[in-house]
Amino acid sequence: MIPLTRFEAQFKKLHSKKEGAFIPFVVLGDPNIETSFEIIKTLIDNGADALELGFAFSDPIADGPTIQEADQRALSHNINTDDAFELIQQIRSYNQKIPISLLIYYNLILQRGIGEFYSQAKQVGVDAVLAADCPVEEAEPLLKAAKENGIDQVFIVAPTTTKARLKKILAQASGYVYLVSLLGVTGARAALQTKTVKLIKFVKPNTNLPICVGFGISKPGHVKEVVGAGANGVIVGSAVIKLVKENLGDKEKMLAAVSEFASEMKAATK
Amino acid sequence: MKGRFGEFGGQYIPETLMPAIEELEKAFEKCRKDKKFNAEFQKLLSEYAGRPTPLTFAGNLSKRLGCKIYLKREDLAHTGAHKINNALGQALLAKKMGKTRIIAETGAGQHGTATAIAAAKLGMECEIYMGTVDIERQKPNVLRMRLAGARVNPVSSGSKTLKDAINECLRDWTASCENTHYLLGSVLGPAPYPEMVAHFQKMIGEEAKQQIKKAEGKLPKAIIACVGGGSNAIGIFKAFVPDKKVELVGVEAGGFGIEGGKHAARFADPKLGRSGVLHGTFTYVLQDKFGQIYNTHSVSAGLDYSAVGPEHSMLREMKRAQYTYATDKEALDAFKILSQEEGIIPALESSHAVAYALKYAKKCKKNDIIIINISGRGDKDLDTVIKEMGDSLD
Ligand SMILES: Cc1ncc(COP(=O)(O)O)c(C=O)c1O
Repeated sequence: MIPLTRFEAQFKKLHSKKEGAFIPFVVLGDPNIETSFEIIKTLIDNGADALELGFAFSDPIADGPTIQEADQRALSHNINTDDAFELIQQIRSYNQKIPISLLIYYNLILQRGIGEFYSQAKQVGVDAVLAADCPVEEAEPLLKAAKENGIDQVFIVAPTTTKARLKKILAQASGYVYLVSLLGVTGARAALQTKTVKLIKFVKPNTNLPICVGFGISKPGHVKEVVGAGANGVIVGSAVIKLVKENLGDKEKMLAAVSEFASEMKAATK
Repeated sequence: MKGRFGEFGGQYIPETLMPAIEELEKAFEKCRKDKKFNAEFQKLLSEYAGRPTPLTFAGNLSKRLGCKIYLKREDLAHTGAHKINNALGQALLAKKMGKTRIIAETGAGQHGTATAIAAAKLGMECEIYMGTVDIERQKPNVLRMRLAGARVNPVSSGSKTLKDAINECLRDWTASCENTHYLLGSVLGPAPYPEMVAHFQKMIGEEAKQQIKKAEGKLPKAIIACVGGGSNAIGIFKAFVPDKKVELVGVEAGGFGIEGGKHAARFADPKLGRSGVLHGTFTYVLQDKFGQIYNTHSVSAGLDYSAVGPEHSMLREMKRAQYTYATDKEALDAFKILSQEEGIIPALESSHAVAYALKYAKKCKKNDIIIINISGRGDKDLDTVIKEMGDSLD
């Protein structure tokens, strides 16, 4: 029997406990490498079921102001692909079980060399990769490298995705489906759009992959709503990063805020 | 492959935008073959935009340089640059698609102005994104956009120039694509934009070819155009691509020179210029070793951008076109020379093409013909030029 991937094992476990996955997103190296590591450890210790880790990019077209600023903070310390991989390796030594997914812009993969990127990602313990600006039509080289390295290639399904596109995407996707809950870029939103629940119901019957909902999820209430509608997990980025930004001057306070928020969000998945 | 120019091009954009891109592809394919659409577009070009633009023999400059210099006068098109051609084409297309709102990025403000004016003419809502650095150096155009009823949104992220304005447009469009068309201003971005913008600009070269045949009975030795994203250059090159004897020369912004990295010469800097992906397309991009996009510098806002249209990358690879650069200083000198010799004040962007023509002419014989694409007029640049050149204007 093929051993389960970390994502498979985790989703299986959560399913049996009837819980959704709480998947926080942060940018590697925000606000600096050392603090970034502590933030991620705090997330792991306080309920994160998996991690989505962003590579800072100079021109993040799919991101709203909160994540753009996080990218800028990381880049202001000249964090690069090597540093990011090193940090992931540290995280992997801290916890061997937690599934790790990368969120990255295509050019960073391309400039490392696609095969080389996936092979390094595998070496440091990455389980899945999502290229934010690479639709399924352009993904062939990524899919090939992912397969060769035993890494899942995650794709986005958006409120605009048509039935025909959904089919194309699901034929290639592995790991989980990243369901974008709203029409727009990343960023915390006050309320969920009615689109979100509709979209979960549209995608769910078409796939056996877990469905994780991201973009705009910022409150325990949002988590309850999407998990209640059948989602297998939530990805929470801007709301976590806001806590980083608001406490840049006080690391203890920052970590306390992250810890409290993570616990609340995890509790809402149950 | 679909949407590719050799290995360049493609569609590197988030899934949320893909359905909008597919819709645009379909609409464009339909309209480009549609008689009624083409008739409407032609009518706008001739009755509203003032096409065809003249091809002017530059007698004084020719005498000075010892060969025959012709100027393709896009500066005489409505709004003062070639950008109006594409703006009218895409706005008309957007209208046919049932879109009610148009957004666009702008660097020099010429594309923003052209878009604002096309939207006004066709009765659509319009918002323009513009870097704060560019708002400062192209003020007259900001006022023109606002006069035409557009909202101008300042962009203060990144380098605060064209690249960042495009980022904001893509973000806006991701949230608004159901009722909004993104009217991209150059041969950049995901397919079908590079091909579509070229389609709506290719009359520049078609006209020029007829005009030069009529004036001289032969084709030119060279065509020289500046290259920001590359739309005026593709626009004038396209009709001449099959005429292998006609040299096609694109001139990028050399800024302070290639050495220090303060420029926008994607093809000229072997250290920073490499193929990569920016704003949805695989092409030459100024970037660091890891793929972070490098910020550019040029005295001309319209050339101040980190990537170049993918079709140019292909034309260069095929050796069908050559690319060179002119520095800020060379462009400013050329700005002055054309103004003094011919009484034509070129845009700082176009001045880069003029600057290289001054050099190129040295290897020409008396009867050799050079066509320079004067992509726009320089009124918008007077502030910058006076700041840069001070009292040395005369
Ligand atoms: C007059 C003029 N020429 C050239 C350009 C550069 O664009 P492109 O290379 O697409 O022609 C601009 C852009 O703003 C412009 O305003």
